[in-house]
Amino acid sequence: MSAGTEKIDIIVSDIVKVNDLVTRFEFRRADGGLLPTFSGGAHTVVEMKDGEITRLNPYSLMSDPMDQTAYTISVRRDDAGRGGSLFMHHKVKKGDRMVISYPVNLFSLDLRARKHLMLAGGIGITPFLAQIKQLARSNGKFELHYACRTPALGSYVDELTAAYPNAVHVYFDDQQQVIDLDHLLDGQPLGTHVYVCGPKGMIEWVRKTAAALGWPREAIHYEEFLVPQSGKPFEVYLKRSGLRIRVGEHESLLEAIERAGVEAPYLCRGGACGQCETDVIEYEGEFVHRDHWLEPAERASGRKIMPCVSRFEGRTLVLDR
Amino acid sequence: MTIQFNDETFRGDYTFRNSPWAIKRFPFPFHEDSYMYSVNMERHRGGPKGSVYEKRFDVDEHYLSEMKDRALVLAEDPLRCQSLPHMALAGWDLLELIMVSKSEDYPELFDLHRNGNSWRWVNRPMGIDHSFTFLDEATLPYGPMEYITRQTQGDFAVLDQRDDNLWMDAGMVTTQADWSLDFDIGMNFFEWHAPVPLAHELNVFKRALKFLLNVQQGSPARRLNWTMTVNPLLDTSPENYPKWGIQKTELTPGNVGAKQHLRVELQTFFRLPRSNALVFPIRCYLIALQDVVSVPKWGRRLHRVIRDLPVELATYKGFIRNRPLIVSYLSQFDDGLPTSDGIWPDLESEPPLQKA
Repeated sequence: MSAGTEKIDIIVSDIVKVNDLVTRFEFRRADGGLLPTFSGGAHTVVEMKDGEITRLNPYSLMSDPMDQTAYTISVRRDDAGRGGSLFMHHKVKKGDRMVISYPVNLFSLDLRARKHLMLAGGIGITPFLAQIKQLARSNGKFELHYACRTPALGSYVDELTAAYPNAVHVYFDDQQQVIDLDHLLDGQPLGTHVYVCGPKGMIEWVRKTAAALGWPREAIHYEEFLVPQSGKPFEVYLKRSGLRIRVGEHESLLEAIERAGVEAPYLCRGGACGQCETDVIEYEGEFVHRDHWLEPAERASGRKIMPCVSRFEGRTLVLDR
Repeated sequence: MTIQFNDETFRGDYTFRNSPWAIKRFPFPFHEDSYMYSVNMERHRGGPKGSVYEKRFDVDEHYLSEMKDRALVLAEDPLRCQSLPHMALAGWDLLELIMVSKSEDYPELFDLHRNGNSWRWVNRPMGIDHSFTFLDEATLPYGPMEYITRQTQGDFAVLDQRDDNLWMDAGMVTTQADWSLDFDIGMNFFEWHAPVPLAHELNVFKRALKFLLNVQQGSPARRLNWTMTVNPLLDTSPENYPKWGIQKTELTPGNVGAKQHLRVELQTFFRLPRSNALVFPIRCYLIALQDVVSVPKWGRRLHRVIRDLPVELATYKGFIRNRPLIVSYLSQFDDGLPTSDGIWPDLESEPPLQKA
């Protein structure tokens, strides 16, 4: 199988500033045709050609999964990041052509659930927007608890509370409003599934609290996209390809492999799906593992690395790629 | 080309036959002179013109007769078609996938007109012209999965994806190689494959599951599987084993070429967009040994594969009892010449059988 998924040529048909940090982008097919339907929770990987660098960042689809005329995503600006969100905010213009992947869902609804309990933090609201539209069409029962920093930064709060006044609960940090998680989880009917998308700390909090209350692991669903972090440059030898490559400060190992023209598998590019798992043949130094995929024993073995988010510091790294 | 549909039976008098066209395009499953399990997946995005791989859902001369046989099986045993409550959306996904694919791939046979959720489906070979509302079950005579799979060759397992596993939560299964949907319903990938010998030790299922979980929208995959069946019987189910198992004792040196069939499954895998489920169509193709050996390369190769197959596999595939008879018959069509790589018949380039 070749790397990634099928691609779609799109035109940026609309750009809307949602608040100081978040901007929404609308994509339509460049050939005027219909986009594939998708399932709530799916993401698309957006290709950003930024000069010499090509970045591929995943963003949750937030539009109605049944709407085949356009997709929308929301991008939160990360001033300290490697530049993907800054590129989207500052360089992408209405009418630009871009390439996105077919939808991929690593955060789908469990359709057996009698009730879907959704917990969102900040920009983690986006997959829920599509899931709520899907559930609203099929009369699915859901309840959203959404934590934001301030009313000014509460993306889509007004739309959600207007459309679903009885199912949406919003919490503002600056007003010291906090989700009463113990109480919330304790009161759910049997057959409820919990979905959480937000900062790492929030996901950990929900998983730990649910586990302590005796919730089955299978009923807790979470999605956290990591973004590759910058780090010291390092060198890698790709043994199968016979290539020595250098990973720059602001580029991921996967991006450096791709830049060298070597085809490597991937899906989420956020350390979650496992698709880019790569065998380490030889190393002398320290891994900086940042994924959610490898088990502690696999990390300790020094035989695997997830090049989409993890890095290396040391003298020698030889990969089977 | 226009397909001439056969009027034939897969039970009783067994009038099923393959035309010369069907023999030439048969999906012969062995790419070399031996066989072992492997994760032999490739992308399902067309194939040589006229081959069974060309279209997303192959329609051939057996279409109408296979649909009649399916209706007979369902009338006797409605549990061959089941869908757990959470799989309704996946059923609509499947209906849409098949209707869109067939109307695009066979415009002379099928039409689909869509205006929002108001759909009209025309299936000319079966004489169906039906208007209905997409996502409204009340407008169809059956559930969406049953409706469309009563009009589509092959079995269908519709698999829910959750907890990093696949779950057999819906299906239409009437042309199966001795497995039961009613027994497997609700099982996960490892549970329903538990009876298969050797493959677990080879880690085949772990690798296959990892592959299948990552089958994405727009990128369907396919593989072939095979077994052997006495008489051209589509419904070799555990439920009906008392009816067909005994037929294995009826093989003789005189009738083995006509009665013993190679049974090949073209298995495809499509991600379903709205439900994120995976559909696994399993299309069964049957061919009598006497028709296999009409292709010299296939005659040579099938003899070698069956002769050398590990005992466990011949047992699991249900023909260990008749293997000596089958090998003895096939040996007449193996002159020891080398065979070309790959599954294609290579009729122009491979030499005819050299008589001893």
